[in-house]
Amino acid sequence: MIVEHAFLVGFSKSFGLFYLIALSIAVVIYAMWPSNKKRFDDAAQSIFHDEGGPCR
Amino acid sequence: MIAQLTLIERQRAIAICIAVAVGGALIMLGGRDDVMGIHGALIFVAGMLMIFRIGMSYYAPEPSEDRLTRYYDDPSRAGIVLAMIWVVFALAVGDWVAWQLVEPNLTFGPAWSSFGRLRPVHTTGVIFGFGGNALIATSFYVVQRTSRARLPDQVTPWFVLLGYNLFCLLAVTGYLMGITQSKEYAEPEWYVDLWLVVVWVIYFVLYLRTLARRKEPHIYVSNWYYMAFILVVAILHIVNNLAVPISLTSAKSYSAFAGVQDAMTEWWYGHNAVAFFLTAGFLGMMYYYLPIRAGRPIYSYRMSIISFWGITFFYMWAGSHHLHYTALPQWVQTLGMTFSLMLLIPSWGSAGNLLLTLNGAWDKVRDDATLRFMMVAAVFYGLTTFEGSFMAIRSVNSLSHYTDWTVGHVHAGALGWVAMITFGAIYASVPWLWKREQMYSPRLVEVHFWLALSGTVIYVFSMWNSGIVQGLMWRTYNEGGTLAFSFIDTLVAMHPYYIARAVGGLFFLIGGCVGAYNVWMTILQPGAAASQAGDVPQPPPASGVLQPAE
Repeated sequence: MIVEHAFLVGFSKSFGLFYLIALSIAVVIYAMWPSNKKRFDDAAQSIFHDEGGPCR
Repeated sequence: MIAQLTLIERQRAIAICIAVAVGGALIMLGGRDDVMGIHGALIFVAGMLMIFRIGMSYYAPEPSEDRLTRYYDDPSRAGIVLAMIWVVFALAVGDWVAWQLVEPNLTFGPAWSSFGRLRPVHTTGVIFGFGGNALIATSFYVVQRTSRARLPDQVTPWFVLLGYNLFCLLAVTGYLMGITQSKEYAEPEWYVDLWLVVVWVIYFVLYLRTLARRKEPHIYVSNWYYMAFILVVAILHIVNNLAVPISLTSAKSYSAFAGVQDAMTEWWYGHNAVAFFLTAGFLGMMYYYLPIRAGRPIYSYRMSIISFWGITFFYMWAGSHHLHYTALPQWVQTLGMTFSLMLLIPSWGSAGNLLLTLNGAWDKVRDDATLRFMMVAAVFYGLTTFEGSFMAIRSVNSLSHYTDWTVGHVHAGALGWVAMITFGAIYASVPWLWKREQMYSPRLVEVHFWLALSGTVIYVFSMWNSGIVQGLMWRTYNEGGTLAFSFIDTLVAMHPYYIARAVGGLFFLIGGCVGAYNVWMTILQPGAAASQAGDVPQPPPASGVLQPAE
């Protein structure tokens, strides 16, 4: 199958736009979702109690 | 270091070294009529030296089981020492080529010391030799602590670190002998590229294996950046270096792409090398060492997530801004320009996040040169990403491209951002890794900081001046409609700035030497507190507080 240049350009200009916008929205929702807040706060603190040695 | 390996690990390490030596011998024999044969000999010698090195300690007593209660830091220690050796060497070569631009006779004649061969030695030495070793060393350090898991075995990290340094050595020696495929930041030829693929894939698998062992429910943001760095560099390296050698016994190869496709592939690679080698990996470093050193958690963890996905998905499309006003279709140029502008959001997200983390810790920034290295790195990161987005605009690019402005921009990023955060991370982790109270001389850290900062500022300002003068002279027409200045006129105008640049580079080089001396003296100091850095076994946490992994 030969993929035409025009098809590739059309595909990148349409699908490319929408998937990047969708991805941006998804990332912002994931980051700002209220119930994730505690997990992220814990993660930010987690680096301060890491010097005890490996758990495994 | 070998004594830390178990008997079976020593045997595996020897088996790997034998395989490397056999490979080197085959290249040496097959390529005996080509410069490639010299590289074969080099690989063979490297493999044999490692066999003897392991053999010398082969019958040493096996390490005790309590090594498993400590993180495995030997590869990180070696990586930091290698990074400091590379930085002194590569900065020295860089300053030498800077003086060659001031006085061309400083090549002294032979082919190997011509500007065209020494310049890639400098770029490869600083980016891959210094930056790469620092990234590998700190990534091992950070992934173990943030996952609270030990590296899964003790041979693979050594293979990654030493195999990577063999790659750097082959690259740099190759340029001096004239082996290059003439792709910027991807100069090594096909057989060296294949070797890096092996090393890099094993690096990625090692990282995943360590993360799979983690006790922390959440994968800390630094690891996301380090993973993006490893994964994307693998993709970039493989695609950009697709090439067909003229024969299996010759170093010469031809790219799989031609014309503008080749240029686009190269700059898709080249700009993403900036994005994922010189940015993502070092942001991983920054998101761990800056909060630790400042004693404050990252200002907004949420912003760090948004910045991460912004950086990874926007940067992929920015490379075509290197090819404005070329045969590349206009819409692809515009795409690259647009994404470069959008990149300002995640870039400033990270820079702002890191500077806001320092709120409440500015007294530490004043007193502690190590933290100040990191603070200046964040400032230069913000400045350089703004400048980069601005220079990607097509009409600005028409003035800046092919001039020294680009060189100034690159060095604002490389010296001000990448080297500063690396030195900060090294000064922070050397006392932790070698269990010392502090660096041998905090005063010398201070001296290094001011040398590095003044060197960077002198360098960047002289290149801004030089680049804009050069760009303006190139586009000045006289009344007859022809160019007002000849090429040699621009060189005369740029000469004073070249001297200033070489002096700025010299400051930075002296700073690097001071740093290497300080690191070395810290290592030589008799050991102090054993209470530091993971010497004490820790009971596993109560299972109730653990959350499911995501």
